[in-house]
Amino acid sequence: MQEKSSADEGRAYWQATIRLTIGLLVIWFAVSFGAGILLRDFLDQWSLGGAPLGFWFAQQGAIYVFVVLIFVYCWAMRRIEKKHGVRA
Amino acid sequence: MLDPWTLFFVVTTFALYIGIAIWARAGSTDDFYVAGHDVHPTVNGMATAADWMSAASFLSMAGLIAFMGYGGSVYLMGWTGGYVLLALLLAPFLREFGKFTVPDFVGDRYYSTTARVIAVVCALFVSFTYIAGQMKGVGVAFSGFLGVPFEWGIIIGMVIVFFYAVLGGMKGVTYTQVAQYCVLIFAFTVPAIFMSLIITGNPVPQLGFIGEAKGEGVSMLAKLNTVITDLGFLEYTETNKSMIDVFCITAALMFGTAGLPHVIIRFFTVKSADAARVSAGWALIFIAILYTTAPAVGAFARINFIDTVNEATYIADDEDYEARSAEIEAAGGKPVPQWYKDWEPTGLVAFEDKNGDGVMQYRGPNAPDGIENEVSPNNDIFVLANPQIANLPGWVIGLVVAGGLAAALSTAAGLLMVISSAVSHDLCRRTLFKSMDDKTELRVARGAAAGAVFAAGLLGIFSNSLGFVAQVVAFAFGLAAASLFPVIFLGIFWKRMNKEGAVASMLTGLITTFGYIYWFKFVDTDPKNWLFGVSPEGIGFVFMWLAAGVGVVITLATKPPPKEILELVQKIRVPVS
Repeated sequence: MQEKSSADEGRAYWQATIRLTIGLLVIWFAVSFGAGILLRDFLDQWSLGGAPLGFWFAQQGAIYVFVVLIFVYCWAMRRIEKKHGVRA
Repeated sequence: MLDPWTLFFVVTTFALYIGIAIWARAGSTDDFYVAGHDVHPTVNGMATAADWMSAASFLSMAGLIAFMGYGGSVYLMGWTGGYVLLALLLAPFLREFGKFTVPDFVGDRYYSTTARVIAVVCALFVSFTYIAGQMKGVGVAFSGFLGVPFEWGIIIGMVIVFFYAVLGGMKGVTYTQVAQYCVLIFAFTVPAIFMSLIITGNPVPQLGFIGEAKGEGVSMLAKLNTVITDLGFLEYTETNKSMIDVFCITAALMFGTAGLPHVIIRFFTVKSADAARVSAGWALIFIAILYTTAPAVGAFARINFIDTVNEATYIADDEDYEARSAEIEAAGGKPVPQWYKDWEPTGLVAFEDKNGDGVMQYRGPNAPDGIENEVSPNNDIFVLANPQIANLPGWVIGLVVAGGLAAALSTAAGLLMVISSAVSHDLCRRTLFKSMDDKTELRVARGAAAGAVFAAGLLGIFSNSLGFVAQVVAFAFGLAAASLFPVIFLGIFWKRMNKEGAVASMLTGLITTFGYIYWFKFVDTDPKNWLFGVSPEGIGFVFMWLAAGVGVVITLATKPPPKEILELVQKIRVPVS
């Protein structure tokens, strides 16, 4: 009985990890390939300070978001680990 | 042009690196390969940043962006976005696996010596192409600044790296990389802050980049666009690369970054999977400091260059610079700046007076006034000459030289660790002489590191024909993306992946990417013949999918991996509670 539940916890843990990973990768794609490349011309109609928005994402914005994404991942993984009793 | 400050900074920083090497001597193979799995995540982040940022990042990238404008974004996004992939998809799982090297993982996960050996070949190939560029950078820095011949510059660099890589192994490399990061980031940001103040009045380059040109009422980027289109260049915020090519190059650099063995092994040096995640975050923060400053430096440098050089009256070497420049100024003209004359002997800037008027005309391919371009600057000149262009004190130049050397040496050392561990651990211990004991393996590892230093030096000396950034980088990233990334990724996220699939996938990625890059870099250089319009720099991304696809198909056609492998993957995914 005990073993079964630990296997279930393991499966739930992995599913939560995958969901989190996919969510963060969608943002990763959106800010770089999306805002910086595919939608650049469209976004360039707005400006951030003196920089066209799409251009700014490609040269600055995407990098800032990347940093935030990794730290969000660290924080969320610790929560998932705690919730499913993986590691203390 | 031997400057006492340059000598001072170079000698001091080199002494520091050797001191650290002696302090951090490796006592076991654990120490040698992975610094005892015991490096603090923040420290590892800093070491990873230095490991990662090469001579190309430090010297060439800002200049490349200055010339390419928006097109330079591929490097900015590509070389940072890869860390997100690394942190989310590879680093924590490989750390959980808990061995020493990338071929270690491939060999164990795919229960196959063949797979291990192919991974060794990929790792060696990627690392050697990369290291040749670093050694060449060291040679250039020495010959340009310290008046030492190119070959001797490389030999001095080899001796320094030999010291801390062979003595200290990963432990020595880690702590020297931390010191090297501090040197290089200081050297990069100080001139950038001053330039930002001069051009935009804002001390933060990232804010100056989106701010107004000082006292002109227009944004800095709008001013730059006007200035360069008037000279016949493309707008700074535009590119002449196709969207699909920009997309593929960015992606190839990202996946290549995540698949580069010398970056991955840095994450074996921390304590746990959690530490690996945090460490990737710190690494990216430290990298982002340089990578968000670089586009600002590029834009400022372009403005400065045009301001000071275009339409300046040239002063030949046989004329008295002081007297002649005073004369030109008195006549209402603009003399060629002092920094230009200082750098002219290095060949990084060149002037050819095509219309014979004695004035330097800098023009793009579509100049409205129809004047032919007469000035050809090299990418590297911008970072190197910035301190002088911004009128900074002489010691800042010495600092920039030390920074460039730190960037080249730290990357070279990280690559040497990959080469030495691939030979001593993966080839000797795990493949050829399985009964080898730890002491012998440590000796072999030191010997392999020494041999690799020697080989890298030779490659650097004979690499004059290799392009510094374009050719070499295309090879290393394309191959890492197409050959290593798919098997590592599938090995973690798809339990069914088996050894037949892995071998087929690595070979497909390696052969197609190598063939394509070789063909379009050296045989047929006409962009019209590119597959889907994708340049050799970006093709790794296309063949990565092909390699993954071949791996999946072959796997499904052959029998599943044994039970203990499924358990191994499960353990990597879900750590035992």
